[in-house]
Amino acid sequence: MDGMDEIVREFLVESYENLDQLDQDLVALEGSPGSRELLSSIFRTIHTIKGTSGFLAFGLLEKVTHAGENLLVQLREGRRAMDLHTTDVLLRMVDTVREILASIEVGGVEGDIAVDEVIAQIHEVLENRPVSETAPAPVVKPVVAPVVVAPVVVRPAAEPVAEPAEPDVAQVVELVTEVVTDLVEVLVDDLVENLEDDLAAATPASAASPLPTPPTPPNVPVQGSVLPTQRDHAADEPVASASEAVADGPGPRTASDASIRVDVELLDALMRQVGELVLARNQINRLADGTVDVDLVRASQRLSLIASELQEGVMKTRMQPIDHVWAKMPRIVRDLAATCGRQVRLDMVGGDTELDRTLLEAVKDPLTHLVRNAIDHGIETPADRVAAGKAAIGVLTLRAYHAGGQVVVDVVDDGKGIDAERIAAKAIERGLRTPEQIAGMSEPDLLQLLFLPGFSMAPAVTKVSGRGVGMDVVRTKIEAIGGQVDVESTVGRGTTWRLRIPLTLAIMPALTVESAGELYAIPQVSLLELVALDGQKARTAIEYIGSAPVYRLRGDLLPLVALRDVLETGDNREPNAPAVIAVLQADTQRFGLIIDRVLNTEEIVVKALSARLKAIGVYAGATLLGDGRVSLILDVGAIARRSLSAEPLDLDRESSSRSAAVVASIEQVLVAGIGGGRRVAIPLGAVTRLERLRSDLVEHVGGREVVQYRGAIVPLVRLASLLGARGDTETDDLLVIVSTRGARSVAIVVDEIIDIVDDDASRHSGIDGHGLVGSTVLKDRVTERLDVTQAVLTADPTFFDDQADDHVNDPADDPAGAAFAGAALPGGSLRSELNSLVGV
Amino acid sequence: MAKQLATFIVDGTRYGIDVLRVQEVLRAHARTAVPLAPPGVTGLVNLRGQVVMTIDLRSRLGLPPLAVDAEPMMVVVEVNGEAISLLVDEIGDVFDVDDSQFETPPDTLPAVLREVILGAYKLDQGLLLALDVDNATAA
Repeated sequence: MDGMDEIVREFLVESYENLDQLDQDLVALEGSPGSRELLSSIFRTIHTIKGTSGFLAFGLLEKVTHAGENLLVQLREGRRAMDLHTTDVLLRMVDTVREILASIEVGGVEGDIAVDEVIAQIHEVLENRPVSETAPAPVVKPVVAPVVVAPVVVRPAAEPVAEPAEPDVAQVVELVTEVVTDLVEVLVDDLVENLEDDLAAATPASAASPLPTPPTPPNVPVQGSVLPTQRDHAADEPVASASEAVADGPGPRTASDASIRVDVELLDALMRQVGELVLARNQINRLADGTVDVDLVRASQRLSLIASELQEGVMKTRMQPIDHVWAKMPRIVRDLAATCGRQVRLDMVGGDTELDRTLLEAVKDPLTHLVRNAIDHGIETPADRVAAGKAAIGVLTLRAYHAGGQVVVDVVDDGKGIDAERIAAKAIERGLRTPEQIAGMSEPDLLQLLFLPGFSMAPAVTKVSGRGVGMDVVRTKIEAIGGQVDVESTVGRGTTWRLRIPLTLAIMPALTVESAGELYAIPQVSLLELVALDGQKARTAIEYIGSAPVYRLRGDLLPLVALRDVLETGDNREPNAPAVIAVLQADTQRFGLIIDRVLNTEEIVVKALSARLKAIGVYAGATLLGDGRVSLILDVGAIARRSLSAEPLDLDRESSSRSAAVVASIEQVLVAGIGGGRRVAIPLGAVTRLERLRSDLVEHVGGREVVQYRGAIVPLVRLASLLGARGDTETDDLLVIVSTRGARSVAIVVDEIIDIVDDDASRHSGIDGHGLVGSTVLKDRVTERLDVTQAVLTADPTFFDDQADDHVNDPADDPAGAAFAGAALPGGSLRSELNSLVGV
Repeated sequence: MAKQLATFIVDGTRYGIDVLRVQEVLRAHARTAVPLAPPGVTGLVNLRGQVVMTIDLRSRLGLPPLAVDAEPMMVVVEVNGEAISLLVDEIGDVFDVDDSQFETPPDTLPAVLREVILGAYKLDQGLLLALDVDNATAA
């Protein structure tokens, strides 16, 4: 665009803005046909583009808009009613105009965009239903003076020259002064420049304002339709129609004299400089903290205040209402609903919620994707909806609001929801997870599988979705800007996708912590809480499952990761030294990061890190602390991915080294003794809990043994008697393996719990017996592989009755793993139960 | 063809890089260590608000680290638009050198050094080794 005229550039910017508005207006018009307010607005936009394109000698553009205008004149004058077909044609015309504009933007010329077809279609509409014998409305070539705004000159940020190594007051003050002076200078200069240009431009524009007024029939009923006014239209409007609209509707968008266009680069530069100012302020504050000089303290407080206000102000200039992104949604929803045969009502709440414009850009695509997804997969066809007892028209709600220093954007549909069990089945089918892994997952965890790369629920590739490029891209994009994506769903009721987006990228609150003598910054966004471990507590509070440290946080086991271990900065630390657990949220996992101590919270400015250091995959960037020191910002998500495996806890030390290729043939099994020296292996997927129960709790129902367990009557099956082993002795305690599926549980009694080990299918042997599905060698002992299905059915013949057809499994191939999907507890707690029972 | 090399001393040997690549030369700042960083990267420094990665040339050249109490110098060079600081023992003068004085390194030079040393200028005061900045910083 280098050589392009300023006029053309301005024309493009303005036209794009107007076209976005147009899309919205056209769709809205379908809902309230005959709204003169909307029709006038649409007519105005096309008219302006037509006028300017004639003036700039863009012939094609003029031809298309001219034809469109003819149609609009008829609509506006009430000689023709708006219908679906007309909307389609008009939308198509808008698309063509966009294409031409894009071509102008790229090459400066209109190119060879096909316009004849659209024009022909418009003429068709015009001729099809001529309400009266009319010649095309008289078209007067308008003279529109484009508003010219000179480019804003961005000054390079002047480098402050103080030496940060040994800060002293004089130097820092000098630095702050410089940054501030600089900032003010740039601001004032540009404001003045802009104002001057605006004034200069305003004069010819207003001179040209008496545009040709299209004839308005006197007695057209005016229907006011309320549409939020969003944008300023540059062109002044014909007085007749405008005054009419004022009488009724909210009034046409007026050219605003209260705002100016500012180059985004200038705003970016300002933001950077404010970032520097914030750092300098932190530095001054730190100096003032250690002094008795009252004047310095007072000055630093004042500086603090002003810097915060300035920061807020500059951030505000970069804020745009999320409406800017949402403006496109009505059209997308309309088109997509038509393609997919759905009826959808789009509700948008909180469109005035503001977001930094770079972030706004970044959420555009993910948001569009979620909306498409909601219509294609979420909302059912009208027939299905009625059959399910819902209204035929589905409701898609976009909701934006502030919460906890973040902007939350919800995409909510009232469609069929997401079936966690289907996701589980799909994940297994696509080889993304093994049945054992699935078995240990809760429903929210299962929904998270949607974000795996290559995951797609669509049975077939449609025009709209099903290419397997989906939610993982959404997640990647949102995480790239420091945000988070979450999903909640209720089958039959609908799905909510929740995006959490930081307010701004450049400056963020962070917690500075110390580990192994170095300082690190943890973004507050990922911090949930801090747990201090003093000397006494430190010894006992951290427990181990295998080699994995855990902490009991209000009864739940929280996996722990020591920052020293992650960074390999040595563990020559006395075991009783006080430490702090920072409870962090990464993606879906919660974990505790063990650090030495917490310093304070600080607003930090994110500095880019050399690509080579970023590649380490632990640091999100670097920042400067109040004392001028460089500190690394930890990438919480990356640390979680690095330290925590896909399972909630890595159950087995051997398992971490096995390659993905052999995962399918190796499964984890619980080895238990059943007396008489016999051992059986039970797939971990079928094990929900391990318990020790008192023998005298066993009661009888009919001929069956049962126990009361967690408020339910649970049938008991003794493996020793089932498999024909002689039980060693009658003991006071029963060791039971609880297997739960949905609301049903079965308790399997064994003599001894031995261990959880990997079972390699290649070592299986066909030698078996009653109640077994073969045998194998585990821990150097021949171990019988239990037919879990049969054992469970012995205790409860109806155990698999509901939904049995969902998982027609050959028990030998898929030992209960899938059948128990979603039932088991996280493997971590299983392991802890095991530890307490092993060897007893 | 004549050109100017900014020189510095590392472990008694004089090295030079094209003077146009050098942004500035200053006393070493306090560095923030970067755990897990590739060898040679000794940390990050705050260069007037800019976070700059520091490469220890001694480790890059396979030399033992400088004495703890020594005060190394930083030569800030630009590599692919990014400022990188090189840690050296001391700073030398800028030398005018000519291509006629240049000779490629002998075959006996270990492969590790061959990567970072382009060759030597034979000066009256001794040899001046031309450092390959791009390779030296690609630790």
